[in-house]
Amino acid sequence: MSTEPGAEVATMAPHVQSTGAVAGYRPGRTLRLSVELRRQFKRRRTIGVLALMVALPLILIGALQLGGAEEAEENSRVNLVDVATASGLNLTLFVLFATTGFFLVVVFALFFGDTVASEASWGSLRYALATPVPRARLLRQKWLAALVLSVGSLVTVVVVSVIAGGIAFGFGDVVTPVGIALDQGTAVVRLAGMVGYLAVHLLVVGSLAFWLSTVTDAPLAAVGGAVFTTVVFAVLEQVEQLGAVRDWFPTAFNYAWTDLLQTPVDSADLFRGVVQGLAYSAVFTALAFRHFARRDVTS
Amino acid sequence: MRPLRGLVRPRPRSGARVTSAVLALCLASSALLALAPSAAAAEVRTEAARVPSGSGADAVELDTTLYLPPGDGPAPAVVLAHGFGGSKQSVASDAQHLAERGYVVLTYSARGFGGSSGQIGLNDPRYEVADLSTLLDLLADRDEVELDGDGDPRVGVAGGSYGGALALLGAAYDERIDAIAPQITWNSLTAALFPSQTGTVDAGTVAATPQDAGAGVYKRLWAGLFFGVGSVPTGGLLDALGGATGGSEDGDEENADSGGGPASADGLILPDLSSLDPAAVEQTLICGRFRADICAAYQTAATTGTLTPEIAAVLDRSSPAGVLDRIEAPTLLIQGTQDSLFGLGQADANARGIAADGTPVKVVWFPGGHDSSASDQVTADLREQVAGWFDFHLRQEGADPGTGFEYPAPTGLGGVGQIQGDSQTVVAGAYPGLDGGDAAARRNIALSGPAQPVVTPAGGTPGALTTVPGLGALTSALGGATLEIPGQFAAFESQPLDAAVEVVGAPTVELAVAAPGGSATLFAKLYDVAPGGGTTLPAGLVAPLALTGISADPARPTTVRATLPGIVHRFEAGHTMRLVVSSTDQAFALPADSAVYSVALAGPAEVAVPQVEGRTGADTGSSRWWVLLGVLVGLGLLGWAVALLWGRHRRRQVSAVEPDGEDVPLRFEGVTKAYKDGFVAVRDLSFEVRRGQVLGLLGPNGAGKTTSLRMLMGLIRPTEGRISIFGHAAGPGAPVLSRLGSFVEGTGLQPHLSGRDNLQLYWAATGRPAADAHMEEAIEVAGLGTALDRPVRRYSQGMRQRVAIAQAMLGLPDLLVLDEPTNGLDPPQIHAMREVLRSYAATGRTVIVSSHLLSEIEQTCSHVVVMAKGQKIAQGTVEEIVGTGGTVLVGLSDDADTDRAIAVLEGLPGVSAGRTDEGLIADLDGYSRAAALQALVGAGIDVDHFTPRRRLEDAFLALVGES
Repeated sequence: MSTEPGAEVATMAPHVQSTGAVAGYRPGRTLRLSVELRRQFKRRRTIGVLALMVALPLILIGALQLGGAEEAEENSRVNLVDVATASGLNLTLFVLFATTGFFLVVVFALFFGDTVASEASWGSLRYALATPVPRARLLRQKWLAALVLSVGSLVTVVVVSVIAGGIAFGFGDVVTPVGIALDQGTAVVRLAGMVGYLAVHLLVVGSLAFWLSTVTDAPLAAVGGAVFTTVVFAVLEQVEQLGAVRDWFPTAFNYAWTDLLQTPVDSADLFRGVVQGLAYSAVFTALAFRHFARRDVTS
Repeated sequence: MRPLRGLVRPRPRSGARVTSAVLALCLASSALLALAPSAAAAEVRTEAARVPSGSGADAVELDTTLYLPPGDGPAPAVVLAHGFGGSKQSVASDAQHLAERGYVVLTYSARGFGGSSGQIGLNDPRYEVADLSTLLDLLADRDEVELDGDGDPRVGVAGGSYGGALALLGAAYDERIDAIAPQITWNSLTAALFPSQTGTVDAGTVAATPQDAGAGVYKRLWAGLFFGVGSVPTGGLLDALGGATGGSEDGDEENADSGGGPASADGLILPDLSSLDPAAVEQTLICGRFRADICAAYQTAATTGTLTPEIAAVLDRSSPAGVLDRIEAPTLLIQGTQDSLFGLGQADANARGIAADGTPVKVVWFPGGHDSSASDQVTADLREQVAGWFDFHLRQEGADPGTGFEYPAPTGLGGVGQIQGDSQTVVAGAYPGLDGGDAAARRNIALSGPAQPVVTPAGGTPGALTTVPGLGALTSALGGATLEIPGQFAAFESQPLDAAVEVVGAPTVELAVAAPGGSATLFAKLYDVAPGGGTTLPAGLVAPLALTGISADPARPTTVRATLPGIVHRFEAGHTMRLVVSSTDQAFALPADSAVYSVALAGPAEVAVPQVEGRTGADTGSSRWWVLLGVLVGLGLLGWAVALLWGRHRRRQVSAVEPDGEDVPLRFEGVTKAYKDGFVAVRDLSFEVRRGQVLGLLGPNGAGKTTSLRMLMGLIRPTEGRISIFGHAAGPGAPVLSRLGSFVEGTGLQPHLSGRDNLQLYWAATGRPAADAHMEEAIEVAGLGTALDRPVRRYSQGMRQRVAIAQAMLGLPDLLVLDEPTNGLDPPQIHAMREVLRSYAATGRTVIVSSHLLSEIEQTCSHVVVMAKGQKIAQGTVEEIVGTGGTVLVGLSDDADTDRAIAVLEGLPGVSAGRTDEGLIADLDGYSRAAALQALVGAGIDVDHFTPRRRLEDAFLALVGES
């Protein structure tokens, strides 16, 4: 602590821009996506989730191979579990089917809900804002980083499923529960569509968590709040008396991606799911930006 | 969460499609909600009446309801006929719907059904069709009904199944009918109940199905079900025995009262049993409400299972087949693909017959039928189709529905009850092969397989199970599987298909059959076989073949041309087609004697599958995705443009600068921060910091120091006043904040990262060049040595503090703001920190330090602002405030020396002294304290203490003490 930083005497005017900013500062270069991702990847949480995404298909493959084949054959009901071992692509469909309801919801809620609230809880948010990273830009970069991580997780689980499932069960065609086979090329395109649809659909949960993340300083509250809301809607969806109201739930059409297994594809539900998903996401994200722009950061 | 669901996910609730369409529409046009206001349903009036019809023994009273639309002026009329076993109530909602669209709608229960009296004549032209004419007379008399001429109302007739046949027959027998929309109905009851799909048919249509004249396989399950519905003595057994006119079948209260039977309500009044004719009782018990001739025909058919001329006469009388050439009313034919009673072939024959004379015909196939009810969405679509047909042909309104052909897009799903609900519709310009048009295209798929013996068991059991009439759900509960009995069928397979084949219509195939007795009953069907071996029988349909006069010699079999059932199905690539010819089917009457047939492929050994070129709904389906994409791109561009303009505006705003900005790094002008709950954290705070100063912000906890610093960092917005940094307005995201380095309340370090990573990532987040960071100097300030590479969570409080201060110093900011920087540091570190700050200011940069400790400020700062309770109390140099240059408090060992000491001090140049409550005070006015002390000591006065008098501290403590 003996040195004297800044030995040279500052000459004020030359190193300052007309906006008052120091030379070298550009608002558009603050908190670049690569930097934010680097920050996120230094966290064990991120690594842990991605590891889980790799492990999940492997666990399911193990479970499917251990499970008694005789019992499975006795089951007369056809569903995705029964054809899960038909090929790697089939396993992927099963994994998606099994994770759509809850697992992926948690992943999206975690990545989106944790972003701003965790910075607030560490106290690093104020330093980022005083850098200054403009508030809208901070949110935008955080949102994009969360999107990259969430969709990355989704893609990871799909890719690992395809490859590991392919090694375990063969790189064959997709066999749907009703006995239709889709050749690999078609199936991969359809799978890409499913991932795209799920990404858009789960964005609703993500953007809800993101909004909550700007409201609270506790990451757990943001993540938990979004997951809890999803669970509540899932429960309400079981209430038949609500009728068509349920189609307007943020969680509606969460299994519409299975329509992509049909030939020809009936895209009506997919379309509505996408439009509704985008609309809800836009609303929640807008609420997040609005709230954060006006908020006093006291954490 | 949700349990895993099997098969396919449940379809969305009804209304989903409508709302989604609306959603898409809103998105595309972004303006009008094109929802037609639903005409006030309440305004539709209804009138119930009993209308006499017929004469003599066949005179009946028909139970009718007339729906009158809102509005004045005569309107076209629509007669809705119900299905077999129904009543006028069955079509009430359709009637309501059409009435709301402006039609006068007449519904009625056909004779023998519901509240109407009489016996069922199966749409006999003498009875049921004549009843319809009576009702048209009635409509012609109503003022509300538009007339084409005297006694000729403008009228359309619609109905399903039984009612559909009535519409066809009515249009044939009564010229006054202007348009009809028959649904899922028959062309020939003979062909429907005694089918034999063998021979050739002279037509190029897709579902043209031949009917072997004079022979057929009795469809016993369906016929039994059909007859059973009509033979239930309605209104209670006693009621029927009493010769009552018939009561309510469906619990319709209006009818219950008008039933008029002696025991209709409570059964207390018993008929005089002795007066009953035993033959009549038997007739009633066996035949129910059927006419005697129909009942007799059924009894014969059910007993023998063969088609006699008498039966054929009864059935043909009730069939539109013979009179189609008389129909001149434009006809909308709607037929279901899931219908083992009246298959697609029936509609095909109707279409051919009606179109032959140039009458406009449109054919619509839908996923549903007698085996499986259509989804809500399909039902709503069909209702709209019918209404549109009448709109155009009765009112000349709306789009021309044309004379095209619509069918559900073929899917690979196919068993009964596996309708995918809301599948897409394919639209073709015309029904292929109709009215001189091009014949349907057929594709030949090669089949292979040797000649095979087929056993027909004695008594026909065990038999293959394909469909149970009307109970599609049952077969789907069995996994959609059909049951074939080994040994009772011959199978011929195609190669796995290279590409998917869509079959729309009835495929044909040639078989070589030999049977010992010269006759054989066979059932041909086309399975979809998946690569894994799973089989699907599309729609669960089979084609019965009643073969007579064929060779008995297996070596020289007779070639038979068979037409398979009309289906809409997609055989996926890799699947195979399997033609199965079996000897049994439980839905049909089978020969009682056992025999062994020989079945082989004949001719080219190919199955010819009809195909239809059409525009799938997928075109519109994909176009909306493009619309969506376009809208998103448009919104994106709009957002980008707005952001660009806003950014430009903001740059202009933040570029406004005060002229003395560089000299005044920080200026507070009347800054107030009041919270919503009324608490005022900072009140009217004004001060300036000049370049090179080390400013101390002094005040007790809760004085508003941290709030002030947060406002200057742009974290909190002041309610009033202005804060400027280097002449630029400070606020959230102000670019000038980049000249600020800060450490305020908490380190903000990420606990999982090392100190070095924290610093590097922080700098990376600023986006500024790495060279500007002066990282090494900052690291030296932190002075952590090797500990810098350990995770922050293992640091002590002091270590974290130093890393945070180093972080604030990254980039050597022109204004450094430190909140309580020495908290948690040990004395040597505090000392070093003071040195760092002082030398930092010496480079011309400015430092602001807040503290609640006066000594801290005194030793570090050049200037000080004192705050308490959110307000500024004092401001000045540390000397001014602390009093270093001014007065001293002199404590003497002996108070008696006081006067002498005053004298000595006043003897010094410029110095004045005096006695006060606190003791001896001397104002040195620039004179050295050391020299003054020396003078006192030199005068022999014992000095106990000699300290600067701290006026500020006293005032400060007094203030704090008050609070």
